Amino acid sequence: MAKNVKPRVRVQKKAAKGDVIEIKTLISHKMESGRRKGKDGKLIPRSIINKMEVTFNGKPLFSADWLPAISANPYMSFFAKVEESGEFAFKWTDDDGSVYEKKAKITVA
Amino acid sequence: MSTKQALSALTRREALLLAAGATMVAAGGVVLTAGTANADQKMVDEAVMKLIGGKKPTEGKISFDLPQIAENGNTVPVGVTVESPMTADNYVKSVHLFADGNPAPGVASLHFTPMSGKASAATRMRLAGTQNVVAVAEMSDGSVYRAQQEVKVTIGGCGG
Repeated sequence: MAKNVKPRVRVQKKAAKGDVIEIKTLISHKMESGRRKGKDGKLIPRSIINKMEVTFNGKPLFSADWLPAISANPYMSFFAKVEESGEFAFKWTDDDGSVYEKKAKITVA
Repeated sequence: MSTKQALSALTRREALLLAAGATMVAAGGVVLTAGTANADQKMVDEAVMKLIGGKKPTEGKISFDLPQIAENGNTVPVGVTVESPMTADNYVKSVHLFADGNPAPGVASLHFTPMSGKASAATRMRLAGTQNVVAVAEMSDGSVYRAQQEVKVTIGGCGG
């Protein structure tokens, strides 16, 4: 498991029904591409987060497949149209099988 | 102007021309080496074909939010927006991003749902050098759109 992986998520707390809101996410991860060489001249093995999935109240909202061309500490922003109050669940999957999760609530008036 | 001066001016001009020619040859050499080490347009097309299964993409509908010049190839911000009403029966399913000058052409695949409200997303990517960024959008009705934009990279970002 990669060290010090910390997911961060920014979602506004309140929205009006039918609003399209922007969600910003950031997760600390070195995203080792597998093409870099270490001090010993050998390739450092690939170790990246390859998938990110987002659901709202259990329904799929957005997902992304990441390849080694994604920068270290991957940032991802996207949109959601909110019709009801609920909870966003964010899930990142590492090459080594580790899963990092984060949740965020929103109140829709 | 004396004949002697005119002559020397000519030689200088010739010398400049020759120098320019030499630089062009050198630049050509660089391009060739880059071509063998990295992905190219053909590899991108092949990767696209693999993902969308031989459908012919139409130009348009996609707009990029990309810098024209990226100072650091390690983190190049990239935003992509696809025109679509995003309703249950007409929405953007996926947007695939490629970079034709990277060691591997793929960058990311983004999957939207009608709940997205807007087919727009942004991330940060690595670019090994100046190259084209390509986006291919798959719509829910099966149609495919494509767009590309060049990014000039001052310092490449692929380690090694």
